[in-house]
Amino acid sequence: MTVWIAVAVVGAGTIALKGLGPALLGTRRLPERMATLVGLLAPTLLAALVVTQTLGSSDGLSVDARLVGVGAAVLALALRAPLIVVVALAAVATAVTRALG
Amino acid sequence: MRLPPIPAGARAVLPIAVTVPLFGVSFGVLARAADMGVVAPIVMSATTFAGSSQFAVASILDESGSLAAAIVAALLLNARYAAIGISVAPLFRGSRLRRLLESQLVVDESWAVSARPDGTFDRRVLLGAGLTLYATWVLGTALGVLGGGFLGDPKRLGLDAAFPALFLALLAGQLGSPRAVAAALAGGGIALVLLPFTPPGVPIVAAVLGCLVGLRR
Repeated sequence: MTVWIAVAVVGAGTIALKGLGPALLGTRRLPERMATLVGLLAPTLLAALVVTQTLGSSDGLSVDARLVGVGAAVLALALRAPLIVVVALAAVATAVTRALG
Repeated sequence: MRLPPIPAGARAVLPIAVTVPLFGVSFGVLARAADMGVVAPIVMSATTFAGSSQFAVASILDESGSLAAAIVAALLLNARYAAIGISVAPLFRGSRLRRLLESQLVVDESWAVSARPDGTFDRRVLLGAGLTLYATWVLGTALGVLGGGFLGDPKRLGLDAAFPALFLALLAGQLGSPRAVAAALAGGGIALVLLPFTPPGVPIVAAVLGCLVGLRR
């Protein structure tokens, strides 16, 4: 029963969070200043996601093999490697570091 | 060449095409181990469709944490979708119900690959990528609960590093203006400072304030 309550509440809550903007705002245009702000959401949140996905863990911050992988991705990006190569290199570098560690 | 929505979106998420279903499998395995049964994890993947929050629920229930703790953690992790939803709101058309349904295809990855350098978003890529990820996530979960344990932990293959690498590569394409660079530095900085001290999910929600720094430029 506990499981189903969790599934129902988290499901309904997430559907509401995702749908809030699209259902209420629709195609209505935002005021210009607000639109500029929303336009900056992509770089802001992407940077935050890079940080939390590289260093985040269930108990806060954890420096582990992922950092090596992301370092490899930075290198690949600097060399203008295609996206799929960047992502694959990050995974391989992380896996190798874990295997050695 | 202009591809129709699903192929265009599927191609956009190709770099993580293996990663997402494998994490779906590992969610299924973890949920099964946490006594969530067979049907509930699949229903959860089909309705919640937000990986990190689902992992949080499974692991908190597994560690016999309280129901309230599991729900609060999951909703905190997903609070960012309120901001993300607003950013892509103009893409959704038709009735309110249809907009609500289509917006469920928004996840970090489909949203990120649909972002254009000019701050707008590509509807075809968002929906196509979202559908691709949705199908593979739900299918992966089903495989996992039905005994996908033999595939092992995707972390062993370093696949957990595929996500930050993808976001980093997409971020690089977003840094065209001083405003964007300032906002990204602020967002990343806020997340880094809060990460050790706050529950998961909070750093990302707080990072949204980084936009204000960009606006002042």
